[in-house]
Amino acid sequence: MTRDIRRLRRALLHLVLAVIAALYLSPLVYMVSTSFKTREDAGATTPRWIPGPATLDAYREILNSADSPIVSWFVNSLAAATAHAALVLVTATPAAYALARLRFHGRNTIFAAIVATLFVPPVVLLIPNFLIVNELAWVDSLPAVIVPAAAGAFGVFFLRQFFLTLPGELEEAAELDGCNRWQIFTAVALPLARPALVTLFLLSFLTNWNDFLWPIYVLLSPESLTLPAGLGNFQGANNIRYDLLMAGAVIAGLPVIALYLVAQRWVIEGISRSGLKG
Amino acid sequence: MSVLTRKERPPGADVPDGPPAGAARRMRPWTPYAFLAPYLALFAVFMVLPIGFGFWTSLHEWDVNLPRKPFVGVENYTDLFDPGSVDGSRFWTAMRATGIFTVASVPLLIVLPLLTALLMNGRFRGRNVYRAVYFTPYVLGVAVVGFVWRFLLDGNIGLVNHYLGLDVQWTTDVPPAWVALVGVTVWWTLGLNSVIFLAGLQDIPRELHEAAMVDGASARHRFRAVTLPGLRPVMVFVVNSTILASANMFGQSYLITGGAPADQTKTAIYLIAETGLRQFDMGTASAMSFVLAAFLMAASALVFGAFRERDRT
Repeated sequence: MTRDIRRLRRALLHLVLAVIAALYLSPLVYMVSTSFKTREDAGATTPRWIPGPATLDAYREILNSADSPIVSWFVNSLAAATAHAALVLVTATPAAYALARLRFHGRNTIFAAIVATLFVPPVVLLIPNFLIVNELAWVDSLPAVIVPAAAGAFGVFFLRQFFLTLPGELEEAAELDGCNRWQIFTAVALPLARPALVTLFLLSFLTNWNDFLWPIYVLLSPESLTLPAGLGNFQGANNIRYDLLMAGAVIAGLPVIALYLVAQRWVIEGISRSGLKG
Repeated sequence: MSVLTRKERPPGADVPDGPPAGAARRMRPWTPYAFLAPYLALFAVFMVLPIGFGFWTSLHEWDVNLPRKPFVGVENYTDLFDPGSVDGSRFWTAMRATGIFTVASVPLLIVLPLLTALLMNGRFRGRNVYRAVYFTPYVLGVAVVGFVWRFLLDGNIGLVNHYLGLDVQWTTDVPPAWVALVGVTVWWTLGLNSVIFLAGLQDIPRELHEAAMVDGASARHRFRAVTLPGLRPVMVFVVNSTILASANMFGQSYLITGGAPADQTKTAIYLIAETGLRQFDMGTASAMSFVLAAFLMAASALVFGAFRERDRT
């Protein structure tokens, strides 16, 4: 009897969760569906979940449009997100290692300064960072969307947390073998940190790929834009062409969804853990 | 030697910076600084410098295109606090929009993700699939989210009006625009808070629930006596980060309503970006950003204070 009740409750739970999940994903399903519709179908007043005649016209049109070079935007986004994530790893990893495993004069001061910036609302950086990027002649070029965001404290925190948990014995053994600090770092700590490094790379990549506010203001000419920035401008000009807008959204959304599906565990674990320890 | 590092020390704690022991003994004195140098270079140029530079800018009549940038003291600030001035009235309209959005969205972004996390907290097959599904929209950037909902909310051909049998202009009328902006944001970011809650729920030791059950506590009782206290650290983090995220709302408004009608849904960040980076009135924009930042820091302080207060009782 009680077992039946338990089974019923479980079935009910699944039903509730599945219905929410279906409703939850339906906007994305409709986005993909619309991207394969003809111009007329996309603007029809009665919604159709399956495109009448499925067509690639919207993709063809948006990929060939002269004033919205979406292929360049895609390449820019890919280059920027990859370079940004790599820059975060290259700079944050040794810094986090030093703060976690080395003792030196000023360590607490440096760490406190980095902590303090977590309490600085990012909005105060917007205008001055634009002026600094302008001074560096980076406006309208990719370094503007690659470099400044890498100064954020998140990567250092995330990795420092990880390095703190490493057992010291391996490092001691390496030291007895005559390794210097850099060798211990690269030969012992880095291989152990691989999962954390992968997670940080993915999170940095996703954040940069999706960034919107900064690129729309710091990138100006059509061919230098990233994908979200390009689409943001594109929308204004193509308000009613929902087939084109949805094709653009699919092109911008598909790579991150694919990346997410492949690396789902790392992404979710990374985010939920950093939330717990933030 | 692992003792040195295994246990986390709070920043500023009284740990001697002096001569290291153990493995670190043979380290050259400049080694740690070499490890830190690349990051600190970025940190100095794009984090420390801009904080000071931004404040300096806010004290000047600063236009990036003009050769002269005269010092005006606190005039940019007094201007903002004069609701009769153009900048002042614009600014407080935008602050009001930010406030409305934050007050409307934060409770939903706490309660709904918590409910979702509670539903997913049991051990059952497929749980990770649901978790992944609810998290999916968050992986998409605001550009994609804005596009999709602009379409679904279209007054004439949108699915939302079609299925609800309504004739509402979600993107150009208030209050419908607020409902739309909040709804879209909940759909977009619910998964984020719910995976954080879920991880927090799973850190609560099972034995506590079992002990309470043995004592005959009802489900509601257990939620109040075990679950909520166990979630407190996570809750502080989620409440705080959600308030900050909501108060920084930009893309939804930019893409879905464009600030319509009559700038009523133009948020403070949106106004600051336009004032500084489109009109190049950077002195005013900097002053705006420091006033907004002061509000945000006060909000964080209130959150921490509220949760500490409850600690004592």
